[in-house]
Amino acid sequence: MQWEVGSALNIASILVVVIVFAAMLIWVERRLLGFWQDRLGPNRVGPFGLLQVVADMIKIFTKEDWIPPFADRFGFVLAPTIIMIVILLSFSVVPFAPGVGIVDSNIGVLFVLAMASLGAYSVMLGGLSSDNKYALLGSLRAAAQMVSYEVFMGISLLGVVALTGSFDLREIVLAQEGGWFVVPQFIGFVIFLIAGVAESHRLPFDIPEAEQEICAGYHTEYSGMKFGMFFVGEYLGLVLISSLITVLFFGGWQGPLLPPPAWFFIKASCFIAFFILLRAAIPRPRYDQLMSYGWLFLLPLSLLNLLITGVVILSAN
Amino acid sequence: MSDPIVRPHSKSLLAKFGELVKDTLSSQVVTLWRVFRHLFVATDTVQYPEQQPHMFSRWRGRIILTRDPGGEERCVACNLCAVACPVDCIALQKTEDEEGRWYPEFFRINFSRCIMCGFCEEACPTNAIQLTPDFEMAEYKRQDMVWEKADLLIAGTGKYHETNFYRVAGKSIGGKDKGEARNELPPVDVRSLLP
Repeated sequence: MQWEVGSALNIASILVVVIVFAAMLIWVERRLLGFWQDRLGPNRVGPFGLLQVVADMIKIFTKEDWIPPFADRFGFVLAPTIIMIVILLSFSVVPFAPGVGIVDSNIGVLFVLAMASLGAYSVMLGGLSSDNKYALLGSLRAAAQMVSYEVFMGISLLGVVALTGSFDLREIVLAQEGGWFVVPQFIGFVIFLIAGVAESHRLPFDIPEAEQEICAGYHTEYSGMKFGMFFVGEYLGLVLISSLITVLFFGGWQGPLLPPPAWFFIKASCFIAFFILLRAAIPRPRYDQLMSYGWLFLLPLSLLNLLITGVVILSAN
Repeated sequence: MSDPIVRPHSKSLLAKFGELVKDTLSSQVVTLWRVFRHLFVATDTVQYPEQQPHMFSRWRGRIILTRDPGGEERCVACNLCAVACPVDCIALQKTEDEEGRWYPEFFRINFSRCIMCGFCEEACPTNAIQLTPDFEMAEYKRQDMVWEKADLLIAGTGKYHETNFYRVAGKSIGGKDKGEARNELPPVDVRSLLP
């Protein structure tokens, strides 16, 4: 049992665990959302409804995977594959525990941000190739939202990178042994949280797929496994953002009694539950309110955060 | 320098920023906390079929044919329910027994057409046909949804316990002659006015 970074065991187990975890999030989200809305979630299929995930997967696998004749085939098929590839690639640089990880890239942060930018393509391509007015609206708004919130997602991380001196995510976790970065970089944490919610287009930033307004947004025309890939891809994005928040701001696997993977799991789960709470509680802002919130409030705030961090670091040297 | 004219739009950037932070804390963070507390509130779900929902007594569900307090069936085959039914789902045929009481030879309701409107219950003069708050009537075959009198007739009086049509009506049946019903005067003796 070789728990070395980059071993075949690591790659296989991280892939399986992450995908199974994202699929189980279907059940977790539906139950948690139900409890917060004064109702029970699905509790019939299997003990506590745990086999609901299996039932959903069977349904998605056996549904007719139909490509509309009026759609642009290349983009239509490419869009869900982009999101899955991009998010799974992002997991390759996340350090889960000492010795558990796929790649310790010295440009880890940049890699994750680049993958997030590529992820915006899937939403844009999906909506554009569908030849459907709701999909087009969804992807138009998604394009603008994701591109603009990516800007300060990167800038909010620069404070963390400056405090560490490296883009390597494992170095960032190791540098938090003296104190988690959420304390000195609280504003950066808040901005990264908001930008992460926007990047995985979860409520309150789910304008791309606003269920009550534009049918299903960019994935209106999708069915079967292609829709399943968008669906699980969204939960994978959720897991990715939660993992990144624990790695960058909350010390990754560091904690007193329990083994390191357990601490990582606990911290990431807290954030996943927080994202589900965001979905249960906050209403959706209007599209122009969302854009002005990003450009006129969060971007100056993140630049200010970077400025102050830089001044403090330079004056401390 | 206090300006006597109140200008609503000219707030400083810092004031706008502070206001946005205050709004976030006072509305969004408070909302998050309040919704989080719902985790500890009992859910409103009625877990059917282990728990049954509470139906009110006038809820228009399964149709029954009732008997009067004496145990005889109330239905007099007057056809008023079949006439009142908006979808024509009731079929019946009158026949008489040895005492002269009218009763239905067959009474058939087609529940795949019945809309549970309750017009038949309102039309019935004897309170025979009634709607009960029961809804579990699913069947697998369409033919099983046509119910005969044996499926509809119950042993009790249903929702109305006192109604006994033949005790009040003027028709003479075996055991009750003209003038012997409740609140009925005896028939006028025309011969008593003879000189």
